[in-house]
Amino acid sequence: MRIPSLGAGLVLAAGAATAGNLPELTVITYDSFVSDWGPGPAVEAAFEETCECDLNFVAAGDGAALLARVKLEGERSEADIVLGIDTNLTAEAAATGLFAPHGGTVTDLDVPVAWEDETFLPYDWGYFAFVHDASLESVPQSFEELAAGDVSIVIQDPRSSTPGLGLLLWVKTAYGDHAPEIWSALADNVVTVTPGWSEAYGMFLEGEADMVLSYTTSPAYHLIAEGDASKAAAPFSEGHYMQVEVAGKLASTDQSELADRFLAFMLTDAFQSIIPTTNWMYPAVIPGDGLPDGFETLIRPAKPLLLSAAEARAARGPALDEWLNALSR
Amino acid sequence: MAERAQPLGAAGVIGIVAAAAIPLLILLATVAIIRVAEPGGGLTQADWAAIRFTLWQAFLSAAFSVALAVPVARALARRRFPGRGALVTLLGAPFLLPVIVAIFGLLAVFGRGGLVNSGLGMLGLPQISIYGLHGVVLAHVFFNLPLATRLILQGWQEIPSERFRLAASLGMDAGAVNRHLEWPMLRQVVPGAALVIFVICTMSFAVALTLGGGPRATTVELAIYQALRFEFDLDRAAFLSLIQLAITVFLALLAYRVLRHQGFSHGLDRPLLRWDGRTPALRLLDGILILFAALFLLVPIASAVLRGLPEVAGLPQVVWVSALRSICVAGASTVLVVVFSIMMALAATRLKGQGGWIETAGLTALAASPLVLGTGLFVLIHPVANPEALALPVTALVNAFVTLPFALRSLVPACRTIESEFGRLADSLGMQGWARLRLVVLPRLRRPLGFSAGLAAALSMGDLGVIALFADPDTATLPLQVYRLMGAYRMEEAGGAAVLLLALSFGVFWILDRGARRADA
Repeated sequence: MRIPSLGAGLVLAAGAATAGNLPELTVITYDSFVSDWGPGPAVEAAFEETCECDLNFVAAGDGAALLARVKLEGERSEADIVLGIDTNLTAEAAATGLFAPHGGTVTDLDVPVAWEDETFLPYDWGYFAFVHDASLESVPQSFEELAAGDVSIVIQDPRSSTPGLGLLLWVKTAYGDHAPEIWSALADNVVTVTPGWSEAYGMFLEGEADMVLSYTTSPAYHLIAEGDASKAAAPFSEGHYMQVEVAGKLASTDQSELADRFLAFMLTDAFQSIIPTTNWMYPAVIPGDGLPDGFETLIRPAKPLLLSAAEARAARGPALDEWLNALSR
Repeated sequence: MAERAQPLGAAGVIGIVAAAAIPLLILLATVAIIRVAEPGGGLTQADWAAIRFTLWQAFLSAAFSVALAVPVARALARRRFPGRGALVTLLGAPFLLPVIVAIFGLLAVFGRGGLVNSGLGMLGLPQISIYGLHGVVLAHVFFNLPLATRLILQGWQEIPSERFRLAASLGMDAGAVNRHLEWPMLRQVVPGAALVIFVICTMSFAVALTLGGGPRATTVELAIYQALRFEFDLDRAAFLSLIQLAITVFLALLAYRVLRHQGFSHGLDRPLLRWDGRTPALRLLDGILILFAALFLLVPIASAVLRGLPEVAGLPQVVWVSALRSICVAGASTVLVVVFSIMMALAATRLKGQGGWIETAGLTALAASPLVLGTGLFVLIHPVANPEALALPVTALVNAFVTLPFALRSLVPACRTIESEFGRLADSLGMQGWARLRLVVLPRLRRPLGFSAGLAAALSMGDLGVIALFADPDTATLPLQVYRLMGAYRMEEAGGAAVLLLALSFGVFWILDRGARRADA
């Protein structure tokens, strides 16, 4: 079994080499998107069916670190598309001048905000939430309860991870000037701060913490993919911050037309129907046959929270300093 | 002895240039950092926290390492038992052990699902967490307890055995021996050992990267990495590098002063017999201490090996490719170290009295931490090329840089000895240049050269520092790959890759070191 897998790898590598004469589209994205169970493999297969091209995903940490990489590479980037930042970072990303407008008209989106962004297009969205095992006793129902109790959590670094940044802005939006007090009170609940979502969720599954910052949709993964109904998302009385994940075309791309086709493809059923059961988020356009069975079991927060891209950009710096100060003590 | 004129030769000239290049490169990197550094509003609260954490964890690590090493070293000094030599050799192993492998092993023992927590769970005791301060200190003690033990053991062995005989003939018990012989020795040796460990711990990046968590457990080096890779904030990375540089230069100078202690007067090097330790209670105590130290070292490595070994054959292609990359980096780094250390050693020998600065120049490489040097190079490269494209060459270069002082330490004295023993003969035969190097110097340099090459290869193979700063997602070396697999919680694959890395690191050291010895014999 093992030796053949090495052999298969070599055959695949050889296959990749012969595909060299097709135009290549490089999409950089976050780690979990390209994992075996993520959307990457299915999206690649679906797009390559029609595009006469070689679609190549490159994983670069979590979403916020993705933006750092784009800045690092600047005009020299060999990537064509950046997929996986969210609306909390789009204003900062657009300000780098490294992205090109998508040029399309956007209609019929099922995202919970009006879409006016001319650079980025959304591909999915969700609500942040703390996910826990159903066996957890006295599940906190708010940040204040969480901070007062001794339930342990693992969270992501807002500098490298979009969920981490989402949590930062969630607390900021819910508590405003009192956010630093909430963070100080939360400090002793935090087992560790990971660079990305994948690490944090992995730690939670290994039992290193009682709860992990993830999404209201995460329990659907356990339910649908594993037939395990033991995971739940805790509804918080402050409301839940939302995330709208987006992709954009880099201005330095040498495959501009192909990149446009990919962005258009991203909003078709072929792409969108892959999202709910691989990325475990709500699709940006609900596919023809609706949401998969099991999604109806998920909590739907009564009070959604979201800052506009411009507000999020302005709030990020001060909120980050508050977070660093509170957690470094 | 009459001074014989010996021409520098091409090798000597290259050696001088290389020696001068080391402080120059550090200077260049520092200037680059200073030019970019943007103090902004000065040190933020988080910066202070990083500085505090760096110093505090280093202090705790040094204090625990030394405090535990003293009784272990004493036990080893007063006992003779089968396997003692092997155990003392084993104490040198952590120096070559890739940090990420050790961390994998420590997680297997002290992590949430590890042996210790399972034991605590069975006893109904609360679980311990390996993340944060405890984890960082634990890992540092794991690496430095052996080093401290070796340094202190050396101190014990430098006490002339005649003094112990005298103490015995005066009827001193263990307490009196301690007061009159051991305590004065410890007062000399322990501060130096503690300081060396303190300095090492302020520069240890991989431990903080893997076990530090969040702003509360961030070292200055980790903050540099975060500024670069999380936010791509070059100004801040440069500013933090300056802070780190200030810390290490200050400590390096301090260490340089403290470490020049004078030794004991020498005895006749008789075998050491300790009459004072011959009580059953002390025997039992020493036995327990030695057992504890051996287990503390061996169990994590053994659990890493046990967990990873069955996975090696099934490792995915990407791991093998990264292993190949690591071999190339280690190979390049080793060639750099071998070539430049020989030439610098030759230059130091041929310059005779004026050659002392060459070794000092090499030592300056220790003052800049690899990560600071890496940041400097990053800042220099970024305006002209994509630093990621140069990840592997830069890693090889910085790794070579860091090992060079160790190589010089063994090659310079060896070269001097060869020159004083065979120089006249070679001169009288008119042997110069390549012929002299090939026929006279190199054959006699084999052992220290093999050792230095082995060290360079092993350290470079296991390095997880600069590569993390420079690598793009596609070009991981094996240590970085292990780190990424651990991050993705693919623990089986991470274990397999860790064992592969362990085998490669010790394998290259063994081949080069043993190979040279065997050829010599």
